Amino acid sequence: MVHDLYQEIILDHSKRPRNCHTMADATGEADGYNPLCGDKLKLFIKVEGDIVKDVSFVGSGCAISTASASLMTESLKGKTRAEAMKLLDKFHELLTTDTAVSQDLGKLVVFCGVRDYPARVKCATLAWHTLKSALTNNAEEPVSTE
Amino acid sequence: MSTLSSTITDGSTAAFDVERIREDFPVLKQKVHGEPLIYLDSAATAQKPFAVIDAIRHFHEVDCANIHRGVHELSQRSTAAYEEARSKAKIFLNSRTTNELIFVRGTTEGINLVTSSWGRKNVKEGDEIIISAMEHHSNIVPWQMLCMETGAKLRVIPMNGRGDLIMEEYEKLLNPRTRMVAVTHVSNALGTVNPVRQIIEMAHKAGALTLIDGAQAAPHIKVDVQELDADFYAFSGHKVVGPTGIGILYGKAALLNAMPPYQGGGDMIKVVTFEKTTYADLPYKFEAGTPNIAGGIGLGAALDYVTGLGIEQIAAYEHKLLEYGTEKLSQIPGLKLIGTAKEKASVLSFVIEGIHPHDIGTVLDRQGIAVRTGHHCAQPVMDFFNVPATTRASLAFYNTFGEIDALVGGIYKVQEIFS
Repeated sequence: MVHDLYQEIILDHSKRPRNCHTMADATGEADGYNPLCGDKLKLFIKVEGDIVKDVSFVGSGCAISTASASLMTESLKGKTRAEAMKLLDKFHELLTTDTAVSQDLGKLVVFCGVRDYPARVKCATLAWHTLKSALTNNAEEPVSTE
Repeated sequence: MSTLSSTITDGSTAAFDVERIREDFPVLKQKVHGEPLIYLDSAATAQKPFAVIDAIRHFHEVDCANIHRGVHELSQRSTAAYEEARSKAKIFLNSRTTNELIFVRGTTEGINLVTSSWGRKNVKEGDEIIISAMEHHSNIVPWQMLCMETGAKLRVIPMNGRGDLIMEEYEKLLNPRTRMVAVTHVSNALGTVNPVRQIIEMAHKAGALTLIDGAQAAPHIKVDVQELDADFYAFSGHKVVGPTGIGILYGKAALLNAMPPYQGGGDMIKVVTFEKTTYADLPYKFEAGTPNIAGGIGLGAALDYVTGLGIEQIAAYEHKLLEYGTEKLSQIPGLKLIGTAKEKASVLSFVIEGIHPHDIGTVLDRQGIAVRTGHHCAQPVMDFFNVPATTRASLAFYNTFGEIDALVGGIYKVQEIFS
């Protein structure tokens, strides 16, 4: 049922998103846009050496995209760039394949319900696509999910 | 009369037996996610009755041949059926002749035909094109492209907070440089019915031509191009219970005759040599290549179907549905209707405080209720109302009062989940 998609933790993070603010001393930022539903997101990241020290975001979006951005920011702190990119791959796999849910994902496993809602995969991945752009400093053009 | 009496709500809808009409639409008989389908997305595309499905099937099973080029029996049958569809469109729009009716892929192609053919020939630097603030992207982008190419200027009639065009502002925009006024008859995002008769009259007084985007009007309102005095009028078959990929562009014969062809190819010529080609007469001058024959025949069947029900009867019934839906939705706390124009057709566009339309759409879908969520290809309209998107329930004559009740119940469930 629809509660498999909107699990408590997702509803909680959509109503009270964590790390939802701008960042004055960010080392990278990127814009993401989902034209299908009008979700807009700006991501800030602070990387020192190879370590992600801080991540934050601002924007407007649906419950899935907001919760995904919120939970992403929590899960990235302290990770190396390579670990962050690996997490992105695992997250994408969680949403788009039927493979067993990887335990490395931690809290992010709450998004496993999204795989039954193909129209919503883009909502859940918007923040992560934007992260990739911010990490690779390829942020001239906003990331679009279309 | 016993079956009729159960559907009588008052005199004007007495003959409108929606339960019997629903029997004509096989798609409506299914369950979605275990719930009976409640299809409230007819402004995106309308469902198809057996009459249309059968006509297309019959063409492919019995009459399939190319048109306008064979002496053999099948080609003559398919040509006759295709041209008969054009005659049905003539009655549907009340054009003077069938020569004024061009088969196109849909409203979008109809508008592009006019911007490409009429526009490139007639619009120069410094000229002005007027559109409105509530246009679908298909009646914005082709004109923008024409303006970019020619150096003409695009002007926009503003609207008020209800979604009514501000006619005094329109009057101020008209001037001797205005070449074309292109507006929608009915807004797809707001449901506003625009006063196109008056808009056209004012444009003509200023010496400008008019194009009316009839995509959302043709399914709900009796359209009479002569009474409107429209210069161009376009609509899509699939919104009038016909198939996708077919539509009609109406144009006054004198204008169409003076316009260069839109595309070159077979069927649009009289004589071809390597030195010179003589183009065919109307309407074939604008119909290069083998057309969507099955689509045209399906459209003919669709127009028969809706005229059989009676477009006035359809409009009266849908108006009652819309009034009922407006009243019911207005009672939901936290819900705001977007688009509350004085005259409206078919569309209930809304936002709910604190809940994104996409989430509303997903939760409704799991209850079998199909609505559209997003910007409805009208981003400037969303910007005007300062919302990223809306949820849109759009009604057709096969919808019921019970389905509106189900929508209301569905919205309460959405609010429960996100409370």
